Amino acid sequence: MSYQALMAQLAIGVSNGAFYAMLSLGLAVIFGMLNVVNFAHGAVFMLGAFVALFLKLQLGLGYYASLILVPIIVGAFGVLADLALLKRLRGLDPLYGLLLTFGMTLVLEGIFRYFYGSAGVPYSAPEGLVGAVDLGFMIMPLYRFWVIVASAVVCFGTWYAIERTRLGAYLRAATENATLTQSFGINVPVLLTLTYGLGVALAGFAGVLAAPIYSVNPLMGSNLIIVVFAVVVIGGMGSILGAIVSGFALGILEGFTKVFYPEASNIVVFVVMAIVLLVKPAGLFGRAT
Amino acid sequence: MSTEPVLQIRDLEAWYGESHVLHGMEFDVRAGEVVALIGRNGAGKTTTLRAITGIVKKRAGSVKIDGTEAIKLRSDKIAKLGLGYVPEERGIFATLSVRENLLLPPAVKPNGMTEAQIYELFPRLQERARSQGTKLSGGEQQMLAIARVLRTGARLLLLDEPSEGLAPVIVQHIGRIICSLRDQGFTIVLVEQNFRFAATCADRFVVVEHGKVVDQVASADMDAKSGELAAYLGV
Repeated sequence: MSYQALMAQLAIGVSNGAFYAMLSLGLAVIFGMLNVVNFAHGAVFMLGAFVALFLKLQLGLGYYASLILVPIIVGAFGVLADLALLKRLRGLDPLYGLLLTFGMTLVLEGIFRYFYGSAGVPYSAPEGLVGAVDLGFMIMPLYRFWVIVASAVVCFGTWYAIERTRLGAYLRAATENATLTQSFGINVPVLLTLTYGLGVALAGFAGVLAAPIYSVNPLMGSNLIIVVFAVVVIGGMGSILGAIVSGFALGILEGFTKVFYPEASNIVVFVVMAIVLLVKPAGLFGRAT
Repeated sequence: MSTEPVLQIRDLEAWYGESHVLHGMEFDVRAGEVVALIGRNGAGKTTTLRAITGIVKKRAGSVKIDGTEAIKLRSDKIAKLGLGYVPEERGIFATLSVRENLLLPPAVKPNGMTEAQIYELFPRLQERARSQGTKLSGGEQQMLAIARVLRTGARLLLLDEPSEGLAPVIVQHIGRIICSLRDQGFTIVLVEQNFRFAATCADRFVVVEHGKVVDQVASADMDAKSGELAAYLGV
């Protein structure tokens, strides 16, 4: 195995890990606060990519504008979905939320499949991000390097907002004891709706980042979401840091498995999940309840 | 002392699911008063506080705070009427530091204590500000729970079993703090099993049995009625 091939798989692994981290971060935030297993997360990731495509084809707005506008649009969609649907399931068993969001996934994917089929539509990377960058120890596609940097910034920003700000303290308190938090004068119902909006906005942002790598297609989220759920379980359900660290680490592990034992690359994440569940059922960073 | 009740409870009923717990509670609390709700375990004292705060959602009757009807309001709206709640077992958040716990509740009224004033009153909290909230001792957690509501500017405080599980010396300290709050003009509703502790500060005792008020005794009449109170408490 050549050094270059190893580094190439490392680059792909880290950038895949960046997507796992962003998506599992949103899932962890939503599960931690709302106790909803958001099966629609892959669908809103796909929605983000399609909104970026729509903004480009219909309004002539480029990639960078989409990076800002798409999370806002997808986040607003999340807020509406929460107010219209998920809010009605508060306090019920998480199974109801899972079934509802699974239904949302089928509807969203069905709509886009009806209009675009499942072949996929290409979305090119902006000119400034085409080519390769020499990192000294390896040469990496510039766009994948950008995905890693953007994802790391977004993950760190989200972690900082939750762990180091007053609003984050509200979120953490409400995650722990929503009833008591509300009795202090904090509007927890609005906080829950905004959290769902923030979680799906992160998925929308990841969708824009993914558009130039994967072709924009209705099933792009479904292909990823099962692995992302495994990442969340490994990191610890509801753990912010766990989602970020596990996302990147498992992306790298998957990349190296492709080099050393390609046959196992599709299942390595699930093998790790099984081991973690046996050894530490609450996940690597989860809190045992 | 004003004669207008800060808190007026009329015909208050509350349920946990199908279980009917309060059966027409009625009592008033006037500004600057310390009123202790006493009674046996399961009499409905904690549920009364939780129904006033709106934490128990299934309730009926009337709860007026400073003249505003609160029975149909959500708990966050009720807090903004100027209510501070210190729950049983303190309700310290494990994922927040001591300082984050302290700064968590937003101001509900102007002129709440500043962080510096809080640390002057509870120096231990400043020393432990960066610790995780639940790493504090029981007494320190109780101080944090009380300090947390003093920051909000709330003048009506509901304290649920503040002496529970604490060493006698800490109980005395908490008792002094509650008396000092009364002297500063706070209105306090205190739920207590520890009758001796409640007696140090309370102006009046409201005796609760089977989810309703069965007697009210002013602290001045306590000696004369001590036998009856002991019977109510089963001691």
